[in-house]
Amino acid sequence: MDLVLQLLFTGIGIGAVYALVALGFVLIFRATNVVNFAQGEFSMVAAFLMVVFAVDLEWPYWLSFLIAIGGMALLGALFNLGVYYPLRHRTYLPVIISTIGASIFLANSTLALYGPQPQVLSPVFETQGFLVGPVFLDSQYLLIIAVTAVLVAFQYWFFEHTLIGKKLQATSQDKEMAALLGIPVAGMIMLTFVYSAVLGGIAGILVAPVLFVSIQMGATIALKAFAATIIGGFGDVTGAIIGGLALGIIETFGAAYVSVPYKDAFAFIVLVAFLVLRPQGLFGERIAEKA
Amino acid sequence: MTGSPLPQAGVAAPASPAPRRLPVGSLIYAALSACAVFVAVSTPLNGYLLNILMQAATYAIAVIGLTVVLGLCGQINLAQAAFFGIGAYAVGLGTVDLGVNFWICLAAGLAAALVMGAFLGASTLRLGGHYLAMVTISFQQILTLVLVNWIPVTHGPDGVPRIQRPALFTDGQVYLGLCLAVLAVVAWVVWHMPRTRLGRAMRAVRDNELAAGVTGIDVYRTKVTAFAIGALLAGLGGGLFAGGFTYVSPDQFAFAESIVFLTMALLGGVGSPAGAVIGTGLLILIPEWLRFLKEIPGLYLAIYGLAVILIVVFMPEGIWGFLGDQVKRLRPRRPAPPRAGDLVLTQSAASAGPVLEVEALSKHFGGLKAVDEVSFTVTRGGIHALIGPNGSGKTTTLNVLSGLYKPTAGRVRLDGRDITHLPPHARAAAGLGRTFQNIRLFRSMSALENVVIGAERPGNEFAGADRATLQARARAALAFVGLEARAEEPVSAFSYGHQRLIEIARALAGNPSLLLLDEPAAGLNTSEKGALTGLLRRVAAKGVTILIIDHDMTLVSDVANHITVLNFGRRIADGVTATVLREPAVIEAYLGQDSAEPGAGRRDPGLRTDLHPA
Repeated sequence: MDLVLQLLFTGIGIGAVYALVALGFVLIFRATNVVNFAQGEFSMVAAFLMVVFAVDLEWPYWLSFLIAIGGMALLGALFNLGVYYPLRHRTYLPVIISTIGASIFLANSTLALYGPQPQVLSPVFETQGFLVGPVFLDSQYLLIIAVTAVLVAFQYWFFEHTLIGKKLQATSQDKEMAALLGIPVAGMIMLTFVYSAVLGGIAGILVAPVLFVSIQMGATIALKAFAATIIGGFGDVTGAIIGGLALGIIETFGAAYVSVPYKDAFAFIVLVAFLVLRPQGLFGERIAEKA
Repeated sequence: MTGSPLPQAGVAAPASPAPRRLPVGSLIYAALSACAVFVAVSTPLNGYLLNILMQAATYAIAVIGLTVVLGLCGQINLAQAAFFGIGAYAVGLGTVDLGVNFWICLAAGLAAALVMGAFLGASTLRLGGHYLAMVTISFQQILTLVLVNWIPVTHGPDGVPRIQRPALFTDGQVYLGLCLAVLAVVAWVVWHMPRTRLGRAMRAVRDNELAAGVTGIDVYRTKVTAFAIGALLAGLGGGLFAGGFTYVSPDQFAFAESIVFLTMALLGGVGSPAGAVIGTGLLILIPEWLRFLKEIPGLYLAIYGLAVILIVVFMPEGIWGFLGDQVKRLRPRRPAPPRAGDLVLTQSAASAGPVLEVEALSKHFGGLKAVDEVSFTVTRGGIHALIGPNGSGKTTTLNVLSGLYKPTAGRVRLDGRDITHLPPHARAAAGLGRTFQNIRLFRSMSALENVVIGAERPGNEFAGADRATLQARARAALAFVGLEARAEEPVSAFSYGHQRLIEIARALAGNPSLLLLDEPAAGLNTSEKGALTGLLRRVAAKGVTILIIDHDMTLVSDVANHITVLNFGRRIADGVTATVLREPAVIEAYLGQDSAEPGAGRRDPGLRTDLHPA
């Protein structure tokens, strides 16, 4: 029982990271109708920026964090301009391929610049964590869960209670109509990419002390986050969060009770199971294309 | 509707039967391929060059697999290296650990790749392309995990050394000759694929899935088939690769290699096996010339990634597509071929039962009852109109009838047969043809090819399987709408009104027993509308029953002999045209009540509406 609680805590912690990246997926998907296959690389690049500034240059943690987040915002903007914007009038297939190209480019140029050695980023807090009853609450996991909760609350407030959030929603629902109402659609999409990159970046920085900072972390996280969005139902924000948490828990228990080397395979199995049995996800509703 | 074909071909014979053309191109190709194989076998090659050529030949086969799945069918596959690996490991493990004959191992590898491809495709292809992309990436990652970790079977990261080549092909250069010969055959087959029935179906699915479905193509099966063929070709390339290099290890089949395959296909041109060969050749040679790039890990893949973006943005058709465009521009247009025959359509017997019976049909979207227990019967022959103000449920009804939406309740019978639960392509096979309000043509094809796909409707008793009959029928259908002279032009070259006519010709070529027309007059100018009226009368005179939806009351009252009126999803009138149009309820629905309720939430009156929601 103690082990179960411990695993549950770890699962929720890692699931929160998947949920953050999944949120980035969902936001971009809603704004552009395209899945950004480089979403995981945002996390990877942010983690490497932290390694460069906080570890290599030994700058203060908070300053490195601000730089990394600023870097992600810039990357999101450049990504929109270089990868999505030129293809915005084409079908989804070229855009998918383009984001895959970007993913390969980001991962491998990081590899070329930094080398293949996995890096270590130390946790934010000095204290490792504390025991509550039989469960050891790791401070980094607590931080991940807290930050995720805050970001989700912020996002809810932002989309539902600010004008710019409403404009973003309008853009994602009907671009032509939004443009006719005077909403700067291109600007809204730009904002979506910037925000998603920042979100992915925060996820990467949060998870970096738990995992190694490596070139592969982007692809791994992206796959998990994608599975999370499928579980939750594509295009659904609540679904992405619950899907992320569910996947984190499934994966942690799978690794503990079934197999460690195949830990990363559980996401795939869950993914295919959902595709076959319940493709609309837990919360989503499939919308037929209009004839 | 699947009765035996009529004795005569059904299409008035073209002026003279075309003499069987000698396949000059294929003969020249065979001769050139034989030369290439001969040169590969006989010219002394050093080991380095031999390896490069071996890699290029086997990779090209896998890249041609992408031509099929991505180029022809428009479905992404990011696990081509995994399928390549399945073929390679089948040969490696089979010949080394089990001591089985090379050819049997190769066949087993092909079977494994085909089955895995079909399974992956079958589980995902009902959904959008994003799912397929992610599932193939996942599959790719899983396969790598298994190859690395399942050491007792796969030998783990060390890989499988000393793989056997088959007898007669143990010499490296002879084996290269074998790979080239296989490549030549694969390229020939895929080159001709677009003009086969399966190939046309794939291209139709790529261009417009909805339209493909209602012209009788089983969209899902076509996609799974394309995906499985792509996987099969990757397995074939991989099996030959294992024999060529006599050593395989997991890193040769990792995700990065799938990206390399994809880049090769995109660079050369994903639409043609020629592009696949060009792309493969270039991307194997260039890194060899730029070997220094490989000294920094990641650099050359980073360049690949960048190349993918640049190609997609600036050269979407790839090198081969770019060259092809230049050639097309230089080549003079061929003179118009001989005049088409008359379009033959099934004469409906007046005595036969109704064509379409709709019983208490409902379609609800959540709480909205878009169609609410609507019943009507379309009798054989003549033109039946379904009218109603905006939002009255007309198009929803049409979409339920053609199988794009599943009905919430009710029943639909076509020619007495219950089609309520059939998918769109099966309804097409049962005799239903349709057009769309917002035109849905296969945009990459010529007018003729569009109509040929219509003529291929399963169950069309007037179209034989051979190309000449199909083309003759398609030409006849185009001639019927007056566009035969421009048959070879791409559909994008036609005006909006003419595209609509092509869509009608596509439906007519399939000889439907019922033709559904969704607002055919929308967006047409007055003279085009006049022509449309004439065309609809000629179609009806040929004996095809038409169910038409339109806002244009002039058109409807001119052509329809029977009208069903919907309002707020319910049927409010049904009967002979003149009677229905005098019905007070109908007039009220269209014009609103006599100023009794000013501004009562009704929609804008529709009698003169040529305007309609886009």
